[in-house]
Amino acid sequence: MRQWVVLSGKGGTGKTTVTASLAQLAAAQGWRLVLADADVDASNLELLLSPQLVEEHEFIGDKVAQVDPGLCYGCGLCEAACRFQAVLLSDGKASIDKIACEGCAACYYECPTGAISMPDRISGEWYRSNTAAGPLFHAQLYAGQENSGKLVTQVRMSAAALAASSAADLLLVDGPPGIGCPAIAAVSGANLALLVTEPSVSGVHDLRRALGMVRHFGVQAVACINKADISQNRADEIAALCQAEGVPLLGAIPFDEAVIEATLRRLPLTAYSDGPAARALRELWGKLQAVEA
Amino acid sequence: MIIAIASGKGGTGKTLLATGLARVASEEMAVQLLDCDVEEPNDHLFLAPEFTWAEEVTLPVPQILSEACTLCGRCVQVCQFHALALVRGKVLLFPQLCHGCGLCARQCPANAISEQLRRLGTVEGGEAMGGISFARGLLEVGQALATPVIRELKAQAGKRRRPGSLVILDAPPGNACPVIETMRGSDYVLLVTEPTPFGLHDLRLAVQTARDQLGLPVGVVINRAGRGEDEVTAYCQAEGLPILLRLPLDRRIASAYAEGILWVDGLPEYREALRGLYSQIAASVEVRP
Repeated sequence: MRQWVVLSGKGGTGKTTVTASLAQLAAAQGWRLVLADADVDASNLELLLSPQLVEEHEFIGDKVAQVDPGLCYGCGLCEAACRFQAVLLSDGKASIDKIACEGCAACYYECPTGAISMPDRISGEWYRSNTAAGPLFHAQLYAGQENSGKLVTQVRMSAAALAASSAADLLLVDGPPGIGCPAIAAVSGANLALLVTEPSVSGVHDLRRALGMVRHFGVQAVACINKADISQNRADEIAALCQAEGVPLLGAIPFDEAVIEATLRRLPLTAYSDGPAARALRELWGKLQAVEA
Repeated sequence: MIIAIASGKGGTGKTLLATGLARVASEEMAVQLLDCDVEEPNDHLFLAPEFTWAEEVTLPVPQILSEACTLCGRCVQVCQFHALALVRGKVLLFPQLCHGCGLCARQCPANAISEQLRRLGTVEGGEAMGGISFARGLLEVGQALATPVIRELKAQAGKRRRPGSLVILDAPPGNACPVIETMRGSDYVLLVTEPTPFGLHDLRLAVQTARDQLGLPVGVVINRAGRGEDEVTAYCQAEGLPILLRLPLDRRIASAYAEGILWVDGLPEYREALRGLYSQIAASVEVRP
């Protein structure tokens, strides 16, 4: 089964805009799709696909230390064992900075009086919804929680399981920005990564690092430039970089007011417009199929 | 004073604001700018820093001494991150999953676990354009853990800070642990948004993180203001969030940004607005108890 992930390194280059349009085009052509939004910190794909919620699940991200003050006599062994400065000792009692706690349980094993427990921490929710383009798996990490990578994995694997059992043609994953834990979790299992970049010094810089990450995990990369006409110099630089790195550059999407219009109407661009950007996305969709074939 | 610049959504203009504000403020005071987007740092592209110091960021990960290991499985059992596994008569480490908590080594009854340092990235700094003290973290490509790099960046830069400096933190996108690590200890969080459904959706989450979770004062900057702005404005009013600045959709800003030109140098008409932004933040931090 095909599993494609849309990534960028830099945020705000247009991953979600591209993903939503590719999903719309693929579905219109009769492909059976499963979609996953792997940007669990800021999941935006749902805003363009009018999802109907089917299932909702709690996400247990990790455990968090909790002190029973009645059993604590302030020996401080927990504080010494914690490498995350999450144990605070005051007035002869330990307490936990829940934001700093990484749930490693070092304090739990160290405590001589059994005053520390490690309850589960519910740190988000994940959902299965129906959309016109196919089932969508998405999630919401609660504000400021850890383990977004683990939630990405939950979303991606749930989507992959359905894609496999329903013999879907394509699992399309909208990735998060960056190259760290959540991005790595989004790339896992993919056989193609589409890198969406923009012609700016930041775009070029971040594309290079995103490409490095994708290659590090052995995934084939292709690229497209969004807002390609903002800077001809930088677009040329990206084309040269792609050529030097052997990355097929499959599209150049021009700046187009219709993108903003479609987003304000919460529609995939290709469902709303036949303008220059939508045409470029259709062309991109055609070339992506050719890469696969 | 420490100001964190964050957004939830990527690409809304954090780097634009952080570099512009640092530049304008540096004409009046000592400024230290930290690029905390260690996965994709970009501030250096606009500020031409000369790096004069660098430190490695490492994480202590377990090393199993096979001659001493009795294969009792205690380390595998206690590790909360599933970073260790007992496979075919051997304890295997999955280094990407290890948080470096040291619990396995403490718990090993045979003293068969020592720790070795694994490199996650680097932090480096020096003087940038206009005398700005600059530092950034850089996560090694292929590594997963950004948070320890940010933690080390803040610690190293703190040691090298001139007293009384204005500190500006350019945060990564998102709302998870790297953002929390950046915002913690700040006096004020400036949230940059764009007037689209994406921008507003992610602004709400960023407000939950900064104001509700961390209890920090928050102000909003609307970038590429214009169409679609009413919804953001209505949300900010309902939440009592001050909108401190609106930057228009100005193609000249986008062009300067694309070419790596510090926009406030090319477009001096925006300098006054940034000075005003700073004064509003300074006034609001001062009146805090």
